[in-house]
Amino acid sequence: MAGNGLKDATAIVGIGQTPFAKQLPEDEKTLACRAVLAALDDAGIAPGEVDALASYTMEETDEVELAKAVGLGDLTFFSKAGYGGGGSCATVAHLAAAIATGQATVGVAWRSRKRGSGPRPWTDTTTQLPTPAQWTRPYGLLRPADEIAMLARRYLHEYGATRDHLFNVALACRNRANQNPAAVMYERPLTREMYMTSRWISEPLCLFDNCLETDGALACVVVSRERARDCRRAPVYVHSAAQGLPAQHHGMVNYWNDDPLTGPAWTAARQLWKHADLTPDDIDVAQIYDAFTVLIPLSLEGYGFCRRGEGAAYTEGGALEIGGRLPVNTGGGGLSEAYVHGFNLITEGVRQLRGTSTAQVPGATGCLVTAGEGVPTSALLLTNRS
Amino acid sequence: MLTPVTDADGAPFWEYAARGELRVQACADCGEPRFPPRPCCPHCQSFAHEWRATSGRGRVWSYVLPHPPLLPDYAAQAPYNVIVVELDDAPRIRLVGNLVTGPGAPLDSVPADRIRIGARVQVVFSTLDDGTCLPQWILERP
Repeated sequence: MAGNGLKDATAIVGIGQTPFAKQLPEDEKTLACRAVLAALDDAGIAPGEVDALASYTMEETDEVELAKAVGLGDLTFFSKAGYGGGGSCATVAHLAAAIATGQATVGVAWRSRKRGSGPRPWTDTTTQLPTPAQWTRPYGLLRPADEIAMLARRYLHEYGATRDHLFNVALACRNRANQNPAAVMYERPLTREMYMTSRWISEPLCLFDNCLETDGALACVVVSRERARDCRRAPVYVHSAAQGLPAQHHGMVNYWNDDPLTGPAWTAARQLWKHADLTPDDIDVAQIYDAFTVLIPLSLEGYGFCRRGEGAAYTEGGALEIGGRLPVNTGGGGLSEAYVHGFNLITEGVRQLRGTSTAQVPGATGCLVTAGEGVPTSALLLTNRS
Repeated sequence: MLTPVTDADGAPFWEYAARGELRVQACADCGEPRFPPRPCCPHCQSFAHEWRATSGRGRVWSYVLPHPPLLPDYAAQAPYNVIVVELDDAPRIRLVGNLVTGPGAPLDSVPADRIRIGARVQVVFSTLDDGTCLPQWILERP
């Protein structure tokens, strides 16, 4: 392992999830237990063998509760990644680092959230943080949708992008959801007319530019490459992993640095590709964080699939669809499968590399998975070749 | 309406606003302006700072028009505008605000079709119920 660092040192060998719905009857802790046990069963690993956990700082079920409920073993590594959906890929990255350096042997990452039936975080007026909220909320810039719409308007203005480009993103995700029986939007097609006549949320973003509000939980299991050979499923290797918090970044309200349209994706991407044998040309399918449609063109630029300002044009001609230049969010993504802070993008990346996606890209060997863009972020390069 | 929940770094901004002055924090050693305010200078690491007066002029960098669901006081005015203004004196300093027809005017007082990226704006100060003064913006050429 010396000299190779994280590269292919670990693999994802189990994935699990609950159903996704606007409202599920069980609480978040129960859903977390179900997802974790499903992932361990998929891997063929007993709960007592788990010695590492990773989740998001926004996760409400803590390690103590989860570990004692499902019967995990002695834990020697546990960590949480911050910044909402920006932490999704970091959970796997932290486990991979811990296992590659001998701090643990079997890691589980998870996210359980009742965002469908629970409260919207922005309606909480009692826990306003002084920075940046004092500079934004009094003016009515209240929701993540408003904060990202501000960047979207500027992006459309600077690069001549249009709402049709954002529709291309929404449509690709919806089309994949229509192939995925687990998706909230399964059998609910989207048309351009529906998109163009839908209600506004924060102009220039309409209803279909915004992700779903979902109840659900997911988990995955990470082990060393050696251990992975003995597991039930073909290993999906963690080829490269990175977090990204750019110098002078300001969080989702990133209007206060020199170039607000160069987000955390650019920082994560530099680290990700630097330690990879793969290039963007080797990526057959991508799972790109899509809390809002505009994050996809911004991420396509940040991760190097096109140059600055070309992300919107990249979506033309069915490029994001199956058979296109870069099929994205093949389970439907946060826009049309489920919004569980992007964890379903990780599990769908694993399915693609196992060859078991409901919208399989034939012969896929390399998959990029990204976390929330705008906020401090993280990303993974996954491969089934090693 | 939400009032600013401020902190030690941000408080002087609001104190100057209450006097009708738009000032931004700048390094007292290297002179570099910075926003949001913070304890030390990211360029030269000096803890010495000053609050530099600005002309109160700028241009619209971007804007949004929020629609419900929103907090009730904001939903009552929706769709309203929120703008980001790039200051003439320090183009990399950008402030979130609203484009209004005058001090204290509603958040939806300027018709949406009058708002353009690049439009020249001038600061005004609106007094909230609790006495806080909020910098707002009017079009230089309405």
